[in-house]
Amino acid sequence: MLLPWLLVATIIVCTALGDLLQSIEMKRHGEVRLEDGRVGRLLKNLARRKYLILAVFLMALSFFAFMKLLAVADLSFSVPATAGSFVLETLLAKLVLGESVDWRRWTGAFLVACGVALLAW
Amino acid sequence: MSGTDARIRLKTLIFLLITVFSNCVGDLSLKWGMGHQRQHFSFTPRVFLQTLFSPWVLIGVVLLIVWLLSRMALLSWADLSYVLPLTSLGYVLTAILGRFFLYERVSWSRWSGTLLIVAGTAMVGLMTRPNTTAQQKDNS
Repeated sequence: MLLPWLLVATIIVCTALGDLLQSIEMKRHGEVRLEDGRVGRLLKNLARRKYLILAVFLMALSFFAFMKLLAVADLSFSVPATAGSFVLETLLAKLVLGESVDWRRWTGAFLVACGVALLAW
Repeated sequence: MSGTDARIRLKTLIFLLITVFSNCVGDLSLKWGMGHQRQHFSFTPRVFLQTLFSPWVLIGVVLLIVWLLSRMALLSWADLSYVLPLTSLGYVLTAILGRFFLYERVSWSRWSGTLLIVAGTAMVGLMTRPNTTAQQKDNS
């Protein structure tokens, strides 16, 4: 069965890139405080950010692929399989965002990768 | 521990719970909706829109929008590499929901794969302190 894995790959890449852009733009925005601003103004502010719009587009692509995946595969396969994005995201967090990723996080990412590989059995 | 530190920890916990809950129930609802369509799912506009606006799929979509927004808020003060492993615990909970609500046959390799994902995420969540922007400011 090739189609489910093609969909899983699409979801992983789109989710990882989408999350990366989201994190860049939200950090640039600063901590979200709902108590000292109106929600409408907050959303208007966020809607003007280019990376965030691109991130939302990628999340939408990932979501449509996920809908199709749910139509052709089990929930207990689809959901853990998409956790594979975590491995790609840890790499991107380290390489692009420059976050400090220590050995425990690398081991965690490695275990998740093994887990996803086991789903293919 | 400073007051700011306690506040940001509580806020982080609340947003983590909202994020995980909306993700799990959203996925379950979406799968339920996709499994109960009269027609074969495709990306032609008519079939796509009909599917998207069927009740269970729509509930799933709304919950996943809640998930997206609560996680975006979370990402504004917490590290991506801290948020992701903890919220991906929800992926595993969803697999359990699939077993008990959708009666999916879950093979031993699928359970062990799922458990390895739990182990990977727990490893990060239990053994490291959250790296938040506020904490870094406190320390400097």
